[in-house]
Amino acid sequence: MTTKQLKTGAPASATRRSFLKTSAAVGGGLTIGFNLPAFGQGDKPAAEVNAWVQVRADDTVIIKYARAEMGQGSMTSAPQLVAEELEADWKKVKIEYALANEQVRRKRVWGDMSAVGSRTIRNSQEYLRKAGATAREMLIAAAAQQWNVAPGECVAQNGMVIHKASNKKLSYGKLADAAAKQPAPKEVALKDPKDWKIAGKSMKRRDIEDTVMGRQRYGIDAQVPGMLYAAVAQCPVFGGKVKSFDAAKLTNRRGIVKVVQGEGQQGGFVAVVGNSWWRAKEALKDVAINWDVGSNGNVSSGSIMEVFKAGLAATDTAVARRDGDVTKGFAEAAKVLEAEYFTPYLAHSTMEPMGATVMIKDGRVDVWVSSQNFEGSLVSAATAAGVPQENVHVHPVQLGGGLGRRGGSQDFTRMATLIAKEMPNGTPVKMLWAREEDMQHDFFRPASLVKVKGGLDAQGKLHALHIRVAAPSIIATLLRLPLKEGIDPQAVACFNDHPYSIPNSLVDYAQRNTHVPVGFWRTVGHSQNPFVRECFIDELAQAAGKDPVEFRRGMLGKSPRDLGVLNAVAKAANWDKPLPKGVFRGVAETEGYGSYTACVAEVSVNDRNEVRIHRIVIGIDCGYVVNPDNVKAQLEGSVAHGLTAILWGENTVKEGRMEQSNFHDYRMMRLNEMPKVECVLAPSGGFWGGVGEPAQAPLAPALVNAIVAATGGKRVRSLPLKNHGFSLVKA
Amino acid sequence: MIKLNVNGRARELDVEPDMPLLWALRDELDVKGPKYGCGIAQCGSCTVLIDGEPVRSCSYPVSAAAGRKITTIEGLAQRGRPHPVQQAWMDHEVPQCGYCQGGQILMAVNLLQKKPNPSAADIDAHMTNICRCGTYARMHAAINAAAKMMGGAKSADKKA
Repeated sequence: MTTKQLKTGAPASATRRSFLKTSAAVGGGLTIGFNLPAFGQGDKPAAEVNAWVQVRADDTVIIKYARAEMGQGSMTSAPQLVAEELEADWKKVKIEYALANEQVRRKRVWGDMSAVGSRTIRNSQEYLRKAGATAREMLIAAAAQQWNVAPGECVAQNGMVIHKASNKKLSYGKLADAAAKQPAPKEVALKDPKDWKIAGKSMKRRDIEDTVMGRQRYGIDAQVPGMLYAAVAQCPVFGGKVKSFDAAKLTNRRGIVKVVQGEGQQGGFVAVVGNSWWRAKEALKDVAINWDVGSNGNVSSGSIMEVFKAGLAATDTAVARRDGDVTKGFAEAAKVLEAEYFTPYLAHSTMEPMGATVMIKDGRVDVWVSSQNFEGSLVSAATAAGVPQENVHVHPVQLGGGLGRRGGSQDFTRMATLIAKEMPNGTPVKMLWAREEDMQHDFFRPASLVKVKGGLDAQGKLHALHIRVAAPSIIATLLRLPLKEGIDPQAVACFNDHPYSIPNSLVDYAQRNTHVPVGFWRTVGHSQNPFVRECFIDELAQAAGKDPVEFRRGMLGKSPRDLGVLNAVAKAANWDKPLPKGVFRGVAETEGYGSYTACVAEVSVNDRNEVRIHRIVIGIDCGYVVNPDNVKAQLEGSVAHGLTAILWGENTVKEGRMEQSNFHDYRMMRLNEMPKVECVLAPSGGFWGGVGEPAQAPLAPALVNAIVAATGGKRVRSLPLKNHGFSLVKA
Repeated sequence: MIKLNVNGRARELDVEPDMPLLWALRDELDVKGPKYGCGIAQCGSCTVLIDGEPVRSCSYPVSAAAGRKITTIEGLAQRGRPHPVQQAWMDHEVPQCGYCQGGQILMAVNLLQKKPNPSAADIDAHMTNICRCGTYARMHAAINAAAKMMGGAKSADKKA
C-alpha cells in the first residue's frame, strides 16, 4: 500500500510525481492475457510447416493472421488465400494472430503487420498464397516419402494427400511432423483464381460469433490482476504544456493512487491513477491544472482559413502533375470556370476511444492495445519504456474500430507506457481516454482548400485544368518524413493521378501546416479530393451542356477500369432511364487504393432543404474479390461512414482547441437515417485492389451532384452539408 | 453493500452509489460486454437490460439497479444456445468491428419483446444506438429474421 504525503505545485520534471493516500492494493501478480494457446495443457503442440501454417495431430490447420481486425474482415479473407493454396478443409482451419514479439525475434517473418491503407489483401496476397502452396507441396512430399512414390503421383485435396494410383490417403494431421522437416520448394505455381474453392467465396467471418455472444475482447477489456486505471487530461490547446497542477483535493479520495505528469505527442498531460477508471476520471476534475497554452491559444478556424487562402495565392508551390501547358490551354479555351472548394478537419471517433493497458515488470513490458499495427505498438512501448524490443509483448485484441486513428500514431501506446513507468514495478495500468479527450486529441483528417480552374474548348471538351491544393501534410508532420519533390501524395490524391485525358493539366500543392495535428483517416485524401474533382467535373459538364456520364466517358478512353466501373454502376442505376418526378441523381467516378469505384445517388430535396436519399448505387472493381459478402459489407459501411462526414462532419478550432467534444456536437448517422444501398461488384481480374476505403471516394461528389441537380443548379462547394442548411430525412 | 442480479447471478459490491452501472459492471465485476463509448448516453454501446428494459448504463447510477435483474450481452444465451437475435445477427453477418453490437442486440431483443412483428418504422424508431461501421441495413434484416424465428419458436413451444 502506498501512503505518501501529497505534493502539489509545479513539478520540476515529468518524472517527478505526486503520491496520494490510497486504499488501493497495488500489486503485481501474473499477467493473464485473453489470448489462450490454441491447444490444451498436455496436448502436443502444432507442427509448424512454415510461419503461416501450423498443423495439429487432430488435423486442425492453424493459419496465422498478421494484421489487426477492426471490422474490415481481413482476419477471415487473408487466411482464405492461404487455405486455398494449401488445399485445406476450411472447416478445420483455425485462425490465430501472429504475435508482434515473435515477429521481432524472428526477423519480421510475417512482413508488414499494419492494417492500414486497405492493403492487407493487395500487399500480402502473393506471399500468403505462396505460403499456402509451399506448405501444400511439403505435405505432399512427406506423404510421397512415406508411400515411397513420386510426389507428382499425389494430389492434395480438402486437408488430405491422396496417392491417385493406389487411392491411399493421409490427412494433414498425420503428415505435419514429417512435412515440417521437408525442404521448402523454391518455386510454387499459384492457382488461377477461376479455380478457387475457398477464396472468392463468402466464407463466414470468423470473429463474428465471439462478438455476437459477448465474448469478443477489445483493448479496453484487458483484465490483469492488480490492475489500476488511468484517466488523462491533455492540454486542450495542441502543443501546450503543464505549467503546474494542484491535486490537493484528491488527498484521502477513495481509490486514488497517484497523479502523474508527462509529455504526450500533443503536449503536456496529467493522469490520475486509481483503482477504478470512473474514480480516476471523477478525481481528475478536481485537479487544478495550470496550462501553458503557448502561442497557439489564438488560433481559430478563421485564422487557419487565412493560412490556406494565402497558400492558394502562393508562388512556392510544388508541382504534382503537369500535362501540356495550362497557360496556353486556358488562352485557347472557349469558356473558363473557376471555383474554390473546402473540406474540414475530421475526427475519427472510433466507437472504442483510445487507450492501452501496460505493465512493466523487471524489464519486461506487456501491452494490451487496440492497434492497427501491433508491431508499431511494440516499438512505441519499447522506446517509451527504454527496453529492448524483444522484451515487449503486445497481446492482440480486436479493435473497436480503427478508421486510421490506430495505425501511424501510437501516441496512446506511448502515453500508457509512460504512465505505467511511473508506477511500482509490476503494476498494470489501464489508461483510457474519455470520449472528450479522444475527440479533442485526435490526429484529424486534414482540412483542405482547393482552387480549381477548367477551360472548355469550342466543342465543350475539357481542354485545360489547373488544381491547386493548400493543405497540411500528414507525411511531413505526423510521420516526419521528407516530402518527395514537395508533394504529400495524400494532399493531392485523385488530382495527381486523375484518369481523364485532358491535353493541358497542372496540379500543384502549397503545403500549409497548422498546429492542429493531422493523420490518416478512413480514405484520407480520397475522402475529400474526389468531392472537389468530381463536383467540378459536373460543373464543367453542365457548362458544356453535356450529360455527366457522357462527359466523363468522353475523357476515359485511356482508362478502361475507370470507364468499366462507371458503366457498370450507371447501368445498375438505370442512368439512361427517366426518374420519377422530383427525384434527381448525381454520379461520380474515382480510383484509389488500387481499386476503381463509382457511385450514383438518387435524391429529392424539398423546399425546407430536407434531403431524401432514395438510393445509393455504389460499385467497385477491385480486380479479384476474395470474400464477396465482406466486400459488400465494406461498401455499405463506407456509405454510412461517408454520409456521416458529408452531412455533419466538421471539427472547428476556437482559441487553439477543438470545439467539438462528444457525439452531441459531432453527430453520427443512426439507423433510421441509413439509405438503401445497392452494391455492384464488378471485378475485372488481373489485379488486386483494396476494399476498406475506396468506396467512400465517389460518395460525396455523387450525392452533392444529385443535390445540386435537385436544387436548380445551386453549387455546393464545401462540406458538411449542414452548413448549407441541408438536413437528412428518411426516404 | 449494493446487491445486484447480473445475468441471473447474485453479486455484491462495495462502491459509491453514484458510480455508473457501466463501471460497476466492467471494473468491479469484470462484466465486459457493456462498452464505454461516450459517457453521456448518446451512443448506446453501454446498453444493458434492467428488468427487460434498455438502459444506457454509462449514465445510470449503480444504486438504482440494486435488486433488479440486469441482463448484459453475456447473459442472453440460454443453456449455451444463442438467443434468436444473436443467431440472426450471425446468419446476416451483421457486426463489423462489433464494439457497439452487444448494445444493438439488446435493443433488438427489447424491441421484439414489445413488438414481435415490427414494421420498418418500428425498427427505425427503436434502434437508436450508434454504429460507426455502418451495419444498419444488416441490423434491419437480422431483426426481421429474428422476428420470424421467434414466431416459429413460440408456436413450437405451444405444440410441446
